[in-house]
Amino acid sequence: MDGYGMQNQIACIRRSLFDQGYLDEQFIQLEELQDDTNPNFVQEIVTLFYTDSARLIQNIELTLNSRPINFSKLDDYMHQFKGSSSSIGAKKVTSECAVFRQYCAAGNAEAYISSLLPHIYTD
Amino acid sequence: MVLAESGFSSPRNDAFPAGLRVLVVDDDPTWLKILEKMLKKCSYEVTTCCLAREALNLLRERKDGYDIVISDVNMPDMDGFKLLEHVGLEMDLPVIMMSVDGETSRVMKGVQHGACDYLLKPIRMKELRNIWQHVFRKKIHEVRDIESLEGFESIQMTRSGYDLFDDGHFLSGDDTPSGRKRKDADNKHDDRELSDPSSTKKARVVWTVDLHQKFVKAVNQIGFDKVGPKKILDLMNVPWLTRENVASHLQILIEKSTLVQKYRLYLSRLQKESDIKNSFIGMKHSDLPSKDSTASFGPHKAMNMIPDDVPNGTYSFSASNSLAQNVDLKGQGDLKGITSAPVAEPKGALSIDIHDSHEAKSTQMSFDHSLGSVDSAVSFASFNSTTPLQYPWTEIPEIQFKQECEPLHLENGFSQLPLPGPSMIENEANRSRIEVKPLLDECRSNFVEHLGPVGAEDLFPIQSKSQSLNNQVFDLISATKSSMKTQDVGLNYLADSEFALRNLNASGVGVPLATLSEDLQICWLQGDCYPMNYGLQDLECSTYDNPALMAETPFHLYDVLRFDHEHLFDPTEYYAIDQGLFA
Repeated sequence: MDGYGMQNQIACIRRSLFDQGYLDEQFIQLEELQDDTNPNFVQEIVTLFYTDSARLIQNIELTLNSRPINFSKLDDYMHQFKGSSSSIGAKKVTSECAVFRQYCAAGNAEAYISSLLPHIYTD
Repeated sequence: MVLAESGFSSPRNDAFPAGLRVLVVDDDPTWLKILEKMLKKCSYEVTTCCLAREALNLLRERKDGYDIVISDVNMPDMDGFKLLEHVGLEMDLPVIMMSVDGETSRVMKGVQHGACDYLLKPIRMKELRNIWQHVFRKKIHEVRDIESLEGFESIQMTRSGYDLFDDGHFLSGDDTPSGRKRKDADNKHDDRELSDPSSTKKARVVWTVDLHQKFVKAVNQIGFDKVGPKKILDLMNVPWLTRENVASHLQILIEKSTLVQKYRLYLSRLQKESDIKNSFIGMKHSDLPSKDSTASFGPHKAMNMIPDDVPNGTYSFSASNSLAQNVDLKGQGDLKGITSAPVAEPKGALSIDIHDSHEAKSTQMSFDHSLGSVDSAVSFASFNSTTPLQYPWTEIPEIQFKQECEPLHLENGFSQLPLPGPSMIENEANRSRIEVKPLLDECRSNFVEHLGPVGAEDLFPIQSKSQSLNNQVFDLISATKSSMKTQDVGLNYLADSEFALRNLNASGVGVPLATLSEDLQICWLQGDCYPMNYGLQDLECSTYDNPALMAETPFHLYDVLRFDHEHLFDPTEYYAIDQGLFA
């Protein structure tokens, strides 16, 4: 097991996340918060985020699948999700939430979802 | 010690806001954890909860258990604004709102509900570092309110500045030219009566949200440059409200904004000092308008109410002055050298021409205010017995000197303000041909002497090597704390300055003294009058190391808002001060 190689890989992946706009400087802030008293701070936060967002995404899904779509609820969830993802610096997720919210405001979730479809394959 | 009285659980001398007890409320567990970590890094004591109701319970259980509350706007069980209201009403704690949504209307709503600040997620550490200022500011206001109830002199001082308002009633029978702080018995009595109706007439008016909104509307309608208690009262159309009520409300708001202004000045001054630390007279222009000072002035541009260059220039002048020459600034040469420096200031040319009567008037006004605010800050921060501080207020010349020398050993940044005083006064004194110099020198040297045991270095962060202004602030405050301990030193100092003043009086410069004092006032004022940068919100009072803080909330109004949380937000206050006072 080449420890140095692994570290290198991790560093590359991390950098690419920034380059591709998936992460922003909030993530760096989190990294800076990590210290001896909390050696795994970033890991803990990200884990917490994933758990919490899984719950949120589930709620969003339910709302999306119900007919008629409750847009105000959807908007709430998206707002929460936006807040959450901004906490770890998930830039793209945050901006997608913002866009989604605009669609929700216009009452047009379906149009948004269909606009996402091509992206799913390219990203 | 004031700081101990304020209830911080662990007021260590070396780091003032350490141990600040913060309650964080947010339904998002990720943010809760992050905020907790960030606040802990600021050495604050953190309690977290994810439900608003739980937060209220915690607050109610321990009435004095927390110093400040930070809450998210969107929460499932209770609206963040509601929580804000409850906390404000029941516990009267400063509350900071947070949200990922920075829409202006939301922010305004927060403000209207009484938030001290509105932070945008993602929140940076720097923003959290500054929250102690809200608590601090609140404490000062509490003290001020107490003082106003007792009809403290500072308010009287400030009130004389009302000359500038159209409302002639305010002059309360004193027909001396505006700006003169005559403290004859009648005037004092009138002022006291006016400024504190509660002591003479009726129950204290409670400025409810509605009432305040009416007040705000009225001020807006009148126009900031023409605002006056009578006009406001007429427009408000509240039958039971008296002009005095309106006047004192207006006055309090003005005082508060002056305080904010001074905070801002203090902080940006610290900023400047850290920039200009090593170069001084004959300094290169590039030094002054450093990025940071620009940052602190930049956003302020829009708000700069003082159209004149003089105050700006003087400010920079005094900033650099205090920076390097805390001890020994003497002679015209120095003055000239410094004079040239701030020219590069983006804000405006320096011209220490204070003989324009109009300027004198307006500067006088803010002088009054700054005096007022400094004074109350002084009282606030002062020793147990406030008599030595109150004593000199009865006479103008003493006041001048008092202001000049006294706050030096007091805590907040005001201590630095008087520094430019002596040198400028010197300049003026020369022009007026009065033998003030030796006395000033004596004054200054007394100050320096007395500072010795206290630790002059601490008071003048110039010498501190700390990088972040935060540290400087802490140093300053801690030094002040230590200086406050050595009361005898301070008192000696006061005694000396009084002695100097008496000498001055005795030397038969009676008549010219009047003009001198006016000049002094003006000089002093000049030193104090700077661009009022309400521009920024976070301030908490501005942020020395984080101009981004200001950028976060584009609304310059927040600045005033932030400190005015007791009276709810009043955006017009900024304007009132802006134009009303300094038009």
